[in-house]
Amino acid sequence: MGVEVFSISVDSVFVHKIWNDNELSKMLGGKSVPFAMLSDQNGNVGRLYGVYDEEAGTETRGRFIIDPDGIIQAFEVMTPPVGRNVKETLRQIQAFQYVREAKGAEVAPAGWRPGKNTLKPGPNLVGNVWKEWKVQEAFEE
Amino acid sequence: MKEFEAGCTRPKGQAKPVTETVSTPQVEKGERKIMIQVGKPAPEFSAPGFHQGKFVEMNLADYKGKWVMLCFYPGDFTFV
Repeated sequence: MGVEVFSISVDSVFVHKIWNDNELSKMLGGKSVPFAMLSDQNGNVGRLYGVYDEEAGTETRGRFIIDPDGIIQAFEVMTPPVGRNVKETLRQIQAFQYVREAKGAEVAPAGWRPGKNTLKPGPNLVGNVWKEWKVQEAFEE
Repeated sequence: MKEFEAGCTRPKGQAKPVTETVSTPQVEKGERKIMIQVGKPAPEFSAPGFHQGKFVEMNLADYKGKWVMLCFYPGDFTFV
């Protein structure tokens, strides 16, 4: 998929190193975290992205997908106690990459993942999506 | 990403917004400016980081032409 991944929190780069060395690398079979762990100690980047919690002094769980033109295609923001669904993030990136390649000729309906049918927008599709896409597709694994 | 030497206190390179200066949001009045919108440019910034044993300086603008996923999280050594 060719995606550059960055994590970012208000922790210092020193804390990132110790977290990587003492805990995360143990989850990764001794390897280092593969992406750069960024530090936003003053919360300025988080403020810019609307995810800095002024009262807590930390960042909420915000995830942003940015395309090669620097445009935000998707984001998701959650409060701290629930973790993300990485498969859903990967699905979204695959879908955005697909429709970008298609240059508007195809779009990805609900539940789309690689290999499933896309829709081809145009006059003939108006009022006819029901023939091309079934509700159950939204719920398929 | 350029490597940098960490000083005795903390890295000189604080995270810096490039796109615009942000003041503390005025939440009380509900006038908080919406800065993030899908379909609009991602605010540019630079920030120090840790990557594969090295301290590095990351600049979002260097990643034009690539897909980027940026993940904020509450803190190191937390649980989720």
